[in-house]
Amino acid sequence: MKKLKVFAAPYLVWMIVFIAVPLLMVAYFAFTDDNGAFTVEHIANVGQYANIFIRSIWLALIATVICLIIAYPVAFMLSRMKKHHQGTMLMIVMLPMWMNFLLRTYAWMTLLGNNGLINYLFSLIGLGPFKLINTEGAVVLGMVYNYLPFMILPLYSVMVKIDKSVLEAASDLGCNSASTLFRVVIPLSVPGIMSGITMVFVPAISTFIISRMLGGGSNLLIGDLIEMQFLGNSYNPHLGAGISLVLMVIILLIMTIMNQFDPDDQVLI
Amino acid sequence: MENIISLKNIVVNFDNEQILKCINLDIKDKEFVTLLGPSGCGKTTTLRIIGGFLTPDSGDVMLEGKRINDLPPHKRDVNTVFQRYALFPHLNVYDNIAFGLRVKKLPEKEIQKRVGEMLEMVNLMGYEKRSVNRLSGGQQQRVAIARALVNRPKILLLDEPLGALDLKLRKDMQTELRKIQQALELTFVYVTHDQEEALTMSDTVVVMNNGTIQQIGSPTDIYNEPINAFVADFIGESNIVNGKMPEDCLVEFAGKQFKCVDKGFSPDETVDVVVRPEDVKIIPASEAKLTGIVESVVFKGVHYEMIVDSVDHKWMIHSTKYEPEGTMIGMTFDPYDIHIMKKLKED
Repeated sequence: MKKLKVFAAPYLVWMIVFIAVPLLMVAYFAFTDDNGAFTVEHIANVGQYANIFIRSIWLALIATVICLIIAYPVAFMLSRMKKHHQGTMLMIVMLPMWMNFLLRTYAWMTLLGNNGLINYLFSLIGLGPFKLINTEGAVVLGMVYNYLPFMILPLYSVMVKIDKSVLEAASDLGCNSASTLFRVVIPLSVPGIMSGITMVFVPAISTFIISRMLGGGSNLLIGDLIEMQFLGNSYNPHLGAGISLVLMVIILLIMTIMNQFDPDDQVLI
Repeated sequence: MENIISLKNIVVNFDNEQILKCINLDIKDKEFVTLLGPSGCGKTTTLRIIGGFLTPDSGDVMLEGKRINDLPPHKRDVNTVFQRYALFPHLNVYDNIAFGLRVKKLPEKEIQKRVGEMLEMVNLMGYEKRSVNRLSGGQQQRVAIARALVNRPKILLLDEPLGALDLKLRKDMQTELRKIQQALELTFVYVTHDQEEALTMSDTVVVMNNGTIQQIGSPTDIYNEPINAFVADFIGESNIVNGKMPEDCLVEFAGKQFKCVDKGFSPDETVDVVVRPEDVKIIPASEAKLTGIVESVVFKGVHYEMIVDSVDHKWMIHSTKYEPEGTMIGMTFDPYDIHIMKKLKED
């Protein structure tokens, strides 16, 4: 075993160079001004953007809940299918991820646009046009569409380990389908629920492409705000680093609270 | 005694293969019935039909005279001990046992009392808070039994429950299960492929093969009067040779004629002749119709097990008399120790 440790060295170097050092740099930028002097001014200024933070958390939360509601039954059905069907179905779940992320989101722009396909179909039956694009709903839709596989996969991988005989035992002991679900399946899939939530919530809260393309200018998220500090007109990397740092702390806090509900004390962050 | 469970003309098909071919079985109240057979014989399928996990393609399942074909498992007064226990990994010992009672929404006080009784019965007091993942195989087995019995079912189904345990533990659990069954006066339907287990524990043994019931009887009947060569071979060791019946009470095999007690075969009908190893008597070769050379001798504790090479069959003999390898010995049989069986129809 000891000899094998050598093979972990490249990743260790990777971690230091591309994870630890950049994190320290973000912290450094957040707490200094242009002259390199220590200041908490940027962190304090983050407070001005509280409404953007709240909107980001709120939209990411809605997207996560919708993903969970859609993914749970899908993952359960998948896990109970015959083995060779499972492979095919998993591939179909993953299929959209093989296409470029930008392309997928552009596709939604043309579908949801004021003269887009969906409004065209509505007009055929004499309805609309509805304002679909540039709404919070469109942003949530984009998040759900892009991150759904990240919810299905961890749920599936936990559920596939639930032995059929355990479900039969529940039925044998008097459970109908609903009580089997609540007394056995859900408790046993908690680790999958937790990692699914993490895998969807974290990218959703920090996305900027989806909100930019489907939310228009009016639905700014934290991701857009950070991007503007580095690439936009309001160039201010110190504030950008400050916002990033605060976002990281918020995610960390939410995940810590989530872990309190995990019976197996699995570390998901 | 009345029948608590009756299976009538049960047929089950899987992927165009007939798993059960017209099973008829009556199980009496408070009886310990064992379904015995090699793997793939349909014994577990039969058990799953009684448990409600499988609906037969045709035939009727009757519980106390009522047809229950379409009753789901959770509405049947039957509980199961599963092959690999199927304990709930997210619950501790106490909560596993209490599961069925909680589903039925019994008052917590009653649950506590009944779970306590069960823990005492299976000798697991003090393990209430232990996670089931941290129990030994034998302890998990006990939890599985307690979890089923706490519901006070009319019938307990056991699917090879001792298969994963080591020999010593298995013997202890056999005795314990038998005691529990007699103390609680329950009907047990037990599935196993271990013939010794079946003979030790059961009131009635049902020998199955290829989706059909071969023989139903008490352990003594099954052992002493096997109905065909399959049962004889499956239950204990047997010498099975080809023979024919020139007339009633006379059988011819290995080129010689022997007296027996079986009648009713057509003249010169070819039959299976079955002789238990302990029923072969060793006599001096000069006095014997049938002779052979001792090929191997193994000491088995109570007896020697010898393989004797003779004309067209290697005989297995269990005897307390020692004959060294290479000696020529004579063999004889008492007429009532020779069992004549109709040839099994090959399908």
